[in-house]
Amino acid sequence: MSGGRITALKPAPFGYSAPASLAEALAVLAEVGEHAKVLAGGQSLLPLLSMRLAAPRHLVDINRVPGLDRVEIVDGSVRVGALVRHTDLERHEGAAAAQPLLRQALRLVGHPTIRNRGTCVGSIAHADPAAELPGVLVVLGGRVEASTAWGSRQVPAAEFFLSPLETALRPGELATSVSFPVAGPRTGTAFVELSRRRGDYALVGVAAVVELAPDTSISSARVGLVSVGPTPLLVDLSEVLVGRPGGARELAAAAALALEHAEPEADIHASAQYRARLVEVLTTRALAQALANASHEEAA
Amino acid sequence: MSTAMFGAPVRRHEDARLLTGAGRYLDDLGHRALAAAFVRSPHAHARVSDIDVTAAAEVDGVVAIFTYEDLTGRMAEPLPLLIPHPALHAPRTAYPLARGEVNHVGEPVVMVVARDRYLAEDAAARVVVSYDPLPAVVGLPAARSARHAVHPDVPDNVAAHLVQAVGEVDTAIAAAPHVLELDLEIERSASTPLEGKGVYARWNSDEGSLRVYTSTQASTSVRAAVAAKLGLPLVKVDCIAPDVGGGFGVKIVHPWPEEVLVAWAAQRLAALAPEGIKWTEDRWEHFVSSAHERGQLQHVRVGFDSDGRLLGLDVTIWHDNGAYTPYGIIVPIITSTQLLGPYKPGAYRCEFFSLYTNTVIVTPYRGAGRPQGVFAMERTMDAIADHLGLDRAEVRAVNFIAAEEMPYDQGLIFQDGRPLIYDSGDFAATLDKLKALVGWSDFQAYREQARAAGRRVGIGLACYVEGTGVGPYEGGHVQVETSGKVMVATGLTSQGQGHQTVLAQIVADELGVDFDDVEVTTGDTRRFGYAVGTFASRAAVMSGNAVALAARKVRQKALRIAGEALEADPSDLEIVSGVVRVKGAPASAIPLSTVAVLSNPLRYAFDEAAKAATQFAVGDTSKPPVAEDDEPGLEARDFYSPTQSTFANGMHAVIVETDPDTAEVRVLRYCVVHDCGPLINPMIVEGQVHGGVAQGVAGALYERMVYDDAGQLLNASFMDFLMPYASEIPTVEIDHLETPSPLNPLGIKGAGEAGVIPGSAVIASAIEDAEGFVIRRMPISPSELFELRASYAAGRVPGLRRTSGERTDPRTRPGHSPDNDSPDNDSPDKET
Ligand SMILES: Cc1cc2nc3c(=O)[nH]c(=O)nc-3n(C[C@H](O)[C@H](O)[C@H](O)COP(=O)(O)OP(=O)(O)OC[C@H]3O[C@@H](n4cnc5c(N)ncnc54)[C@H](O)[C@@H]3O)c2cc1C
Repeated sequence: MSGGRITALKPAPFGYSAPASLAEALAVLAEVGEHAKVLAGGQSLLPLLSMRLAAPRHLVDINRVPGLDRVEIVDGSVRVGALVRHTDLERHEGAAAAQPLLRQALRLVGHPTIRNRGTCVGSIAHADPAAELPGVLVVLGGRVEASTAWGSRQVPAAEFFLSPLETALRPGELATSVSFPVAGPRTGTAFVELSRRRGDYALVGVAAVVELAPDTSISSARVGLVSVGPTPLLVDLSEVLVGRPGGARELAAAAALALEHAEPEADIHASAQYRARLVEVLTTRALAQALANASHEEAA
Repeated sequence: MSTAMFGAPVRRHEDARLLTGAGRYLDDLGHRALAAAFVRSPHAHARVSDIDVTAAAEVDGVVAIFTYEDLTGRMAEPLPLLIPHPALHAPRTAYPLARGEVNHVGEPVVMVVARDRYLAEDAAARVVVSYDPLPAVVGLPAARSARHAVHPDVPDNVAAHLVQAVGEVDTAIAAAPHVLELDLEIERSASTPLEGKGVYARWNSDEGSLRVYTSTQASTSVRAAVAAKLGLPLVKVDCIAPDVGGGFGVKIVHPWPEEVLVAWAAQRLAALAPEGIKWTEDRWEHFVSSAHERGQLQHVRVGFDSDGRLLGLDVTIWHDNGAYTPYGIIVPIITSTQLLGPYKPGAYRCEFFSLYTNTVIVTPYRGAGRPQGVFAMERTMDAIADHLGLDRAEVRAVNFIAAEEMPYDQGLIFQDGRPLIYDSGDFAATLDKLKALVGWSDFQAYREQARAAGRRVGIGLACYVEGTGVGPYEGGHVQVETSGKVMVATGLTSQGQGHQTVLAQIVADELGVDFDDVEVTTGDTRRFGYAVGTFASRAAVMSGNAVALAARKVRQKALRIAGEALEADPSDLEIVSGVVRVKGAPASAIPLSTVAVLSNPLRYAFDEAAKAATQFAVGDTSKPPVAEDDEPGLEARDFYSPTQSTFANGMHAVIVETDPDTAEVRVLRYCVVHDCGPLINPMIVEGQVHGGVAQGVAGALYERMVYDDAGQLLNASFMDFLMPYASEIPTVEIDHLETPSPLNPLGIKGAGEAGVIPGSAVIASAIEDAEGFVIRRMPISPSELFELRASYAAGRVPGLRRTSGERTDPRTRPGHSPDNDSPDNDSPDKET
């Protein structure tokens, strides 16, 4: 949040509604449109309001809308409703079995108190380039369900994140759910990051997905990089890894390829060179872990 | 005798209340008060050309808006210079509201009073202040260059210049067989208590009196300052420090602009604000308008012999004091004197320049200049050891003052204006304990083992001496009520340290009553009007001894009265669990509650027990009911005022691991040996050490104030100011020595700041040991360590001799003559 100039820690005046149904929520959003902000867990929005870095005219609090708190495994995806808290998904055994990357990443999101309130969908809608879940959505090729009073559409991950804190959601649209594809057979995942303090946003984070062929050579490999670009970056590493066992030298080549796609920048916590180095180190570590998990899958 | 409370790890009296949300902090008070908010400067340096409050005044709920022009009487004068010093030749303090010029981002310019804080902030946002920006002086190099001045009438930016010297340092260094020079740097951090500042003031129109609640470390002094600013008699002002959520130094500064402004506005707006006015600092305000500490550049020149013994030490310090100097030059004075630690420096000269910058003011933060001094001294010790190829602990040991040499006069003037004389301490014993605790001698084997597993580890140590319990005085009042309860008051304040517990332990022992029957009040001028404050690890030493002396007086009086009642000689009496009894004949006894009744001859029996003291019940009718040199009541007050500070000491050792790939630093072990004299409550002392170590680790590895060149603080939130969480703090292993102080009745020394002092020094020592190249600047982040590794690889940072194998102990080097007195026998390895 560095950069913006804070001038107070009390929000500017705003209107507030707390609809009791999805239809009502969508109706209010349709009415107040671009001047409204959805309030979910409030873990990102309320600090912005308090610092007067955002001053929306109206808040639509969706916390009383029934039916948005479900985790379902349908159509090959883990579908996460807009009121599912980080903690709910982190502890969901079905989701962890269907897509292990979710729990691996969620453990790194803030602290338990933040995860108890913050929502997974809110995290994706907020689109912080250092956040974990956007990286997960991108590397898994998931999608966001965006709804208005007139219907809903599915936005693929690749088209969802536009720039820091900016997404393809249109004024008046509510993200009602996100879907993360379940893991295929012989697939291993890992989320590795480095943050200055435990639970902080990552200086660099890497989500890795590796699939093995029946002969245990790599059949596909990709990483999602966070905190090294305006949006989470998807890097397909297949060209250097497919058909190979994933030895140290191959992983190093994969890490070098990941770095080619990254856009590390300096901030007050890390130099650009350091971030670049972290992309390589953490990509190597994430791929190694994902490979180990894939082999474990295979053996099971 | 009841079980001795002194020395027992008694559970803190405060905790049940504080941990169950029953504490009463500033913002828990005054719910119906009006709220104040401040318009603060967005510029580091600017002239204020115009202030337009028209739009703000239209906001619904606004009661008043004040600028400098509205301030009357002494409110229009600058805030006081709290601690003048002859070397502070160009002191400057701020006005309560900016007068034509602002000197740091966050300086208050306009005060808004409104029905609630939200409205006050809305109005504040509509105040239009026009500024003509001036060049900002940010950072010590800019201040030293003096290309621009913070205050036009101080063109060199030098607020103070002080030189202290013992012996002929230049001669000593010229004659030394070895000479080294080091350039060192330590960055800013801050106290950052979880509760920021806050003040709530209410004017009582009926009585013409003012009550001020403030989250302060010095309520008696805030009272005096507010009374002086408002022109009120002292007796018409009460000042109370309610529960205070941490201070760590920042709340010893006073009066803050907000403290006097809120009090002044409460009186001025009395008719509109019958419930008073309150301001609670928010976190952003705390970062940009309270106080910071630590920032210094240091140059060390040291001459030493082949055993590493110091012959001459010459230190120059450039200290960043921020925009103003309300707290004088206490911080650099402490740095330049406490730098010496447990060592004899040979000849010593220390010169400091205290420099203005367009940043938040610098005033003591836990440790108060010592962390920087210890950093300079301990980096020097490590450099000497590495230069000579000697063990780092040995080099320290040859320089120690011996226990037999106590008291030891360092020949300097300390922060209290008195000679720097160490009263007691056994440094060699402390070091032995530390080496045993951390396993100093076994480390090489551990390092080899770790290295074989591809891990990089290092060990470091650092020593310090800390002047504690500085004067001038504290007082205590002890009163036994007719219920048998003992009410104790002292004027200094508590910020959560456990004063209520510790002072109750002392009084329980002195008086012979149960701990649970003692209730302690701190920081309330209605209960005790004379005090100095809580800082410099002084509360236990000062108020502890004062309440002990007061309790002794009460005890004497109780024995006298009980002796009359029991027809026994007072010297044959003892007090056990609140009952006075004849030694060896416990049936002959009288409870203290009854003694309290008897101590106050009565006409009116206000309750059943009081009957015993009424005029037809007691008394030798030939004497006046209250003797000539006596007073009614079983109570007493007394003061403790020492001639000088008492000196605690300690040594820390850490083992760190640095990640070869990511340059992350993990503290594997953190060991502390600590000597603050006899422990009143070991649990509380350990808690103080834990908290101090946490802040030491914070200052070494996480926290810094990131200003850009324009003077904007880029990390003014807990998101970017990396105060560590519990997860970042290692387990702290502690061992104690208890060397009593000969200076005070209880023999105690202060413990409040110890834990933080050697943090940066000891961690730098260990990182250097792990990495094999010199560390000259703290704090250090993984990113910086990564960059340093690159610089080292490129030959831009010197390596350690012991790891690069450049050479070993010079005494065993062939052809080396230990008698060679040429100073450039080792050419100074001056670094850039
Ligand atoms: C101390 C702290 C540490 C944190 N650390 C991390 C971390 O390490 N990693 C991390 O990823 N996050 C971290 N967070 C943020 C946290 O994960 C938030 O929960 C998350 O970013 C936002 O979720 P929320 O439900 O709280 O959203 P809110 O704060 O309520 O909303 C955030 C934004 O998303 C919009 N929004 C929310 N839901 C919807 C919806 N359904 N449809 C459309 N728009 C919507 C809001 O309008 C707003 O603009 C941290 C937060 C804190 C306070």
